[in-house]
Amino acid sequence: MRIHPRYVQYGAVAILSGGTLLTLAVLVFIVVFVLEKGLPVLSLDFLLSSPQDMGRAGGIFPTLIGTIALPLLAILIATPLGIGTSIYLTEYTRENRVTRVIRFGTDCLAGIPSIIFGLFGFIFFVTILGMGWSILSGGLTLAFMILPTIIRTSEEAIKAVPKSYRDVSFSLGATRWQTVKRVILPNALPGILTGVMLGIGRSIGETAAVIFTAGSSLRLPTSIFDSTRTMAVHFYILAREGISNENAYGTAAALIIAVLLVNLTAYWLMHWFIAKRS
Amino acid sequence: MTAKFDIRDLSVSFHGKPVIRHISLQVAANGILGIIGPASSGKTTFLRVLNRMNELEQGSSVTGQVLMDGNDIYRSEVDAVALRKSVGMVFALPVPLPMSIHDNVVYGPTLAGISDRGRLTELTEKSLKAAFLWEEVKDRLNTSGLRLSGGQQQRLCLARVLAMEPGVILLDEPCSGLDPISTAKIEDALTELKRQYTIVLVTNNTKQAARISDETAFFLMGELIEMGPTNQMFTAPRQKRTNDYITGRFG
Repeated sequence: MRIHPRYVQYGAVAILSGGTLLTLAVLVFIVVFVLEKGLPVLSLDFLLSSPQDMGRAGGIFPTLIGTIALPLLAILIATPLGIGTSIYLTEYTRENRVTRVIRFGTDCLAGIPSIIFGLFGFIFFVTILGMGWSILSGGLTLAFMILPTIIRTSEEAIKAVPKSYRDVSFSLGATRWQTVKRVILPNALPGILTGVMLGIGRSIGETAAVIFTAGSSLRLPTSIFDSTRTMAVHFYILAREGISNENAYGTAAALIIAVLLVNLTAYWLMHWFIAKRS
Repeated sequence: MTAKFDIRDLSVSFHGKPVIRHISLQVAANGILGIIGPASSGKTTFLRVLNRMNELEQGSSVTGQVLMDGNDIYRSEVDAVALRKSVGMVFALPVPLPMSIHDNVVYGPTLAGISDRGRLTELTEKSLKAAFLWEEVKDRLNTSGLRLSGGQQQRLCLARVLAMEPGVILLDEPCSGLDPISTAKIEDALTELKRQYTIVLVTNNTKQAARISDETAFFLMGELIEMGPTNQMFTAPRQKRTNDYITGRFG
C-alpha cells in the first residue's frame, strides 16, 4: 500500500526535527549539568589563585596559563603550515597521484587517536630531541594533531572560491601568488578560520596527548621549556584520582566557558569580516 | 592598416583532441574583429590563445605561430603574466571581484606596482568614463562591485581591463547575459574604444558582429571558414556555409 506523500512528509519532518531536538537536548543537558556543579566553585579568585595540596584547595591559575599557552603555540605553528600546505595542494599542483596520496594521508592522520600523537610526541620531542615535558613539546605535538584538520578545511574553503575569480585575476596580469594573496585567501578566510577554530577547540580539550608531552606539573610555567598542566588534564587528574570533585567541576565549568568564548569570538570575527567585505 | 596579430597555421588541442585546426589570419590594429560561429567552433579557445589563458587549462597544446607586433608570444622567453597585462580580456559572464568598484578597477594597475593614489584615482575615472559607467557609479566607488546590475558589472569588467591600458581587448561574448540597453552601451563603448585599441570580439549574436565589427571571421568546427570586411561577409559571403550560418539556417 502506498502511503500518501503528505504523511511521508509529516514523518520526515517529525524524524528530522526530533533528531535536531535530541542533539540540542544532549548539549544543553551536558552544559547545564557541568555548570550546575561547577559554577558554585567558579569565581575570579578560583581562576587567579594557585592550587594548594594537589588541587584539593586553592585555584587553577597555572592550568589556566597552560590552557592558553599550549593551544596558542599549537595554532601558531599549525596555522601557517596548514594554510601553506593547502594553498600548495590546491593552487600550485595539478591533481595527480602524488596529491591524492598526500590528501589520503592527511585524511588518515586526522583520524588517528590523539593518544598515538601523544606517544609519538613523547618519543620524538620529549625523549629524542630532549625537549622534556614542556609547553614546547606539547605545543608541537598538538600542532601535528590539528594540522590535518586545518589542511583539509582550508583546502575545501580554497576550492570553494569560484574558478572565474582566478581566471579574472590571471587575465589581469596577476601571478599565481598575487592571485592567492589578493583574491583567494580573502575569500577563503571564513572557511579557513573555521578549521583553525576546530583546531583550537580540539587542542583546548585534549588530555591524552598533553599528559604525555607537556606533563602535568602544577607549578606556574615561566618559559616554553617548563612543564605545565592544562585545565582538561587538571580535571582528569582531580576526578580520576578522587582528589576533589568540587574543584574538578569548577575546572570543567571554566573549560566550557573558555571554549564558548573562543567560539563566540570566532563567529563575531567571521561576521565582522564578511560584513566588511560586502 | 597594420596587423596587430599575425596568426600562422595555429592548431590547438586539449588532451590530444583538436579544437582549432590550422587557422591563419591577421587581426588589424585599431579595429574590431568579430568572430562568429556556432557553439564549440573554437572561438573562445582562439581568444584564449591570444593572451595565453589556455595554458592554465590542463592538457592544452598549441602549435603554429602567434605574432603580436611581429613577435611570437609563444616563445619560451615571453612571460605570460606580462603578456596578459597588454592583452586584456572580458569574459562572457560579468565577474566583479568581491571588492569595491574602485578596487576592481585598479586591480590590474596595483598588481603592476602602481601605488600612487592620485594616479589610481585618475585611472579609475578615466577607465569608468571610457566604459560608459562613470556617471552611474561616481558617487559610490567604495561600494562592492557585486551590488551593481548585470549590465553595470560587465561595464565594470571592461573598465577594469581598460585601467591596465592594454593594447588589445579580447571580449568573449560580453553581452550574452545582458539586456538590449546594456548591450547598446557596451557596443557604444567598443565603437569608441577601437580608435585606441585592437579589439577581438567573440559573439553568438551575428547581428552584433554586423553592427560593430570592421572585419568578421566565421569559425566552424575549429576551422576558419571565411574572413573578410564585415560588409562583404554579410552581403556577399564567398562560402555557402557562411551564408547558411548568417541567415540562420543552422547553428
